[in-house]
Amino acid sequence: MYYMTELATDPRPAGVPNADPAIAVSGLRMRYGTHDVLHGVDFRVERGEVVTLLGPNGAGKTTIIEILEGFRTRSAGEVLVLGKDPEHGDEAWRSGIGIVLQSWRDHAKWRVRELLTHLGEFYAPFSTAERPRPWPVDDLMELVGLAPLALQRISSLSGGQRRRLDVAIGIIGRPDLLFLDEPTAGFDPEARRGFHDLVHRLSDLESTTILLTTHDLDEAEKLADRILILAAGRIVADGSGDELARSVSTRAEVRWSVAGERFVHETADATDFVRQLLLGGEGPIADLEVRRATLEDTYMTLVRRDESAGPTRMEDRS
Amino acid sequence: MSLTVNAIRIGVARGWTMFRHLMTTADGLGNTVFWNGVPLGYLILNRNTEIEGVPFSLATLALPGLIGLAITASAYGPAYYIAAEREDGTLLRTKAAPYGIVAYVTGVLVMATLETMVSVLVLLVPGIILFDGLVLPDAIGWLMLVAVTVLALMATLPIGVIIGSVVKSPRLIGGVGLLVIGGMTILSGIFIPLQAFPGWLQVVAQAFPPYWAAMGMRSVFLPDAVVAGEIGQSWRTLEMFGVLGAWALVGALVAPVVLRRMARRATGSSVEANRQQALQRM
Repeated sequence: MYYMTELATDPRPAGVPNADPAIAVSGLRMRYGTHDVLHGVDFRVERGEVVTLLGPNGAGKTTIIEILEGFRTRSAGEVLVLGKDPEHGDEAWRSGIGIVLQSWRDHAKWRVRELLTHLGEFYAPFSTAERPRPWPVDDLMELVGLAPLALQRISSLSGGQRRRLDVAIGIIGRPDLLFLDEPTAGFDPEARRGFHDLVHRLSDLESTTILLTTHDLDEAEKLADRILILAAGRIVADGSGDELARSVSTRAEVRWSVAGERFVHETADATDFVRQLLLGGEGPIADLEVRRATLEDTYMTLVRRDESAGPTRMEDRS
Repeated sequence: MSLTVNAIRIGVARGWTMFRHLMTTADGLGNTVFWNGVPLGYLILNRNTEIEGVPFSLATLALPGLIGLAITASAYGPAYYIAAEREDGTLLRTKAAPYGIVAYVTGVLVMATLETMVSVLVLLVPGIILFDGLVLPDAIGWLMLVAVTVLALMATLPIGVIIGSVVKSPRLIGGVGLLVIGGMTILSGIFIPLQAFPGWLQVVAQAFPPYWAAMGMRSVFLPDAVVAGEIGQSWRTLEMFGVLGAWALVGALVAPVVLRRMARRATGSSVEANRQQALQRM
């Protein structure tokens, strides 16, 4: 009965497949000259999901994101983003997409509020009753912690402040779908925490679909509903952090100590092993710990497995 | 309001903001003062230099031509901005917004036009006050001034857009661009009458906008007696509109195509690659 009510109030809960995904990719290939970077990538992102694309440098993460953004022409495959092929996405399509770019020295002479106001204006014609656009600039600056810097020239911002501005620019149009390519590179732990709160907020309150790339496994696990692991141009794993860990290994490590002596045992059924252990009468058991494979273990296993089998990788960034 | 018109409106505001930044930052203002100070200084130094057969100074004779040249040099603006802003990510940033490229290009053109107007005023206002012999335009003269200015801008700004879109690096614009402007200055007929050049070079000079823009300005500001010094002893107004108009037409057709091709290639990774290269240069 509870299940029924939930369905009734939220007919399209995040992550449940439906006919209208935010992103649908099948058989995506990318070739630079004679070198293949992507060899048939397939995945979907449902509306409202937060999905992380993980992978080693040169695996093709940035290439995938740029193809989805409509900035790069793919070699083959089917790609739909918000219902359209990004290669033929028109400007109205673009208004629903937010992109967090890594800024360098663009708009150096502009002041923070000035630039946000200017870039926000592009989205005003695409405002709807459910999604008023653009985001009010002062609220947005407050949200990302730039309010005290509103009148600063962008050239005078620190690296972390610039990244916050990049995020603000990415979401000024209240996008339905947001792309973040390594958003927290160069963030200190506090800024990182603030950014994670922001992602949760966008996902929960704005129901923004988010696709991000990162190197930070901890971050991937914290933010994402689902993790895709890309290695050597293919998606080698797709699931929640927990699911991925189970897919690689169902074994767990049990550690304990008896009278100061430490023991380690690996087992497929940790629950049963611990029950036996406690009932076993070997004396008082202390420091009991059951440890499953972490996302990091999983990641290393998957990427290594693929590296040993896969072709050489090197992303052409031309 | 059509979405494109809205983007152009945003672009005009963008151009004005960029111009304001140019005029309110030390390096921007310094550049403006320097580049406009050089020709003005040249004129002031020559305000008493007499020329045979002309009842006024070299400064008076050269001023209108320099105004014409300043207008055609406006091509430098879009060439430099587009090359530099493609490299530093400004172009990509606007490309990520709906109708962003339309507004971006509008902004660059508006800014270049405003910069050109500053150059024209810096020459014209002191010139009218300081130099004898300039004809103050009547109603038709002002109309002609506006027409030559607008047409010369339309003839040369697209050239700047095309150059900025095809060159690999903004540093090339600094070097090659200055050479081109230098060459055009020599061929503009301002300092050396075109008749002093060999025939083929005269033909080359007359194929490009600076010569005609300079002559158009001479026809506005100099007395008719001076026309004897021109090729064919005429201001050749029709030919002037013809050549400038032809450049404007070709530019209007070619520049958007070249720009779109270039903009399509701008990606986050191309900006990142530029950044890595720049870091290595340091």
